[in-house]
Amino acid sequence: MRIERVLAGLLAVILPCAAPAQQDTQKGIERYRQLLAEGNPADLWEARGEQLWKTPRGPKNVSLEQCDLGLGPGVVKGAAARLPRYFPDTDRVQDIESRLATCMVTLQGFKPEEALRNPFSAPGRHSDMEALASFVAAESKGMKLDVPIRHPKEIEAFRIGEQLFYRRAGPYDFACVSCHGENGKRIRLQELPRLTDPGDAQKIFTSWPAYRVSQGTVRTMQHRLYDCYWQMRHPQMDYTSEASIALMVYMAKYANGGTINAPGLKR
Amino acid sequence: MDAKRREVLKTGGGVLALAAAGIIRPGEALAQEWNKAAFETKSVAETVKALGGSGSTPSSAIEITAPDIAENGAVVPVAVESRLPKTQAIAILIEKNPNTLSAEFDIPSGTDPFVSTRVKMGETSNVYALVIADGKYFHAVKEIKVTIGGCGG
Amino acid sequence: MAGDKVDVKVLMAHEMETGLRKDAKGNLVPPHFIRNVTVTHGGKTVLSAQWGTSVSRNPFLHFRFKGGKAGEKVTITWMDNKGEKRTDEAVIAVPA
Repeated sequence: MRIERVLAGLLAVILPCAAPAQQDTQKGIERYRQLLAEGNPADLWEARGEQLWKTPRGPKNVSLEQCDLGLGPGVVKGAAARLPRYFPDTDRVQDIESRLATCMVTLQGFKPEEALRNPFSAPGRHSDMEALASFVAAESKGMKLDVPIRHPKEIEAFRIGEQLFYRRAGPYDFACVSCHGENGKRIRLQELPRLTDPGDAQKIFTSWPAYRVSQGTVRTMQHRLYDCYWQMRHPQMDYTSEASIALMVYMAKYANGGTINAPGLKR
Repeated sequence: MDAKRREVLKTGGGVLALAAAGIIRPGEALAQEWNKAAFETKSVAETVKALGGSGSTPSSAIEITAPDIAENGAVVPVAVESRLPKTQAIAILIEKNPNTLSAEFDIPSGTDPFVSTRVKMGETSNVYALVIADGKYFHAVKEIKVTIGGCGG
Repeated sequence: MAGDKVDVKVLMAHEMETGLRKDAKGNLVPPHFIRNVTVTHGGKTVLSAQWGTSVSRNPFLHFRFKGGKAGEKVTITWMDNKGEKRTDEAVIAVPA
């Protein structure tokens, strides 16, 4: 399993590039990622997430082991491959983190604001959500992404996500499509996937959550969207907001069929 | 040990220890040697001196496995393998870092003269692998470029 | 594991603060880093290391030693500049 995990960790995104120098650099970066593939610090988050899943916590002093992530209470294996999805008990489309928050409230007795309090790790302040999301995602590793877009609310989320993806706003007049709408683009040496191209989307969307070396922690898709919105100078993307999940459903349409390779390892 | 770690260790064909978050015991009276002077040197020559040498000879029997270019200087994978007989120690030096010495490994007999770890690089720099073998000092060098990335996806 | 050679790979959770980073208020975050790592097997030290602040956060270490058999234990201990210490044991696994 260890060897398979190493191979799966190779982030093989090779985009068509004009200049040979860029291709050499691209090869160099591939090698850098290859050498980092063994010993992904995200393993530590996974282990901690599993511990948090099994530990009784909160006012009700109960673990998360009966949490329904979409495949039935307590079924973690394969759940992330089908998230986000519609949940009848909350009448919402939910992703990994919002669903974990629901379980923390209903099973463990936390208040909603307590469950969502510390979404992103900062130095000296670890986020439980990042660890739990790492564990849940890892339990779908190797499976094909199969996000359902069938229920009326899932379809609505897709449509909202599509609107957001193309909606230019803010002082830069940027939308997601500004950076992620064409093949072969990059910012400095960071290649930009075309998120509406399954060729790119199937590899990229499925590599989240990931340990980001520049952040020294695991980051989830929620954080990626929050960061993108900040980088575009759009208003803040709120944690587990309807907008964030809508964008995920939109991206999943193009990423479906891709093999889940999370937690990944990124810059 | 929980089920997941057990599973990882069973299929690894080796040892994978996750020294993860958990109990941290306050330091005991155990005095661990730490060469403070060596970790404050500002040049390769100074570092070699602080580690007990008067200079070092280049050697092709030392192999550095590292990328030519690092996407992020915070985490740069560097592995060193020495084919010099009686290798006693391996050290990794980063010439342009604020302090040159990054890590020093003592290799007892029975342990392969090989180490692999990840280091921080402030900027593009020469990385030296210093090897002490049979009381003599040798080195190999490789330049690693450090890039500024983009948005981080 | 080739012959009786044991592949040891360790991931350690540690901030490895250099002491050169500033926090949001502009104050320097004090150095906090692993200084010593010792790995033993059967009471014998198979690797000892001294580290500085330029070893990466959440350090990874990989090395190999001879003479270990499946089922035997390997002990990894680290100590940092604040005197904090952590010891972990792992069991040598049978090759897959």
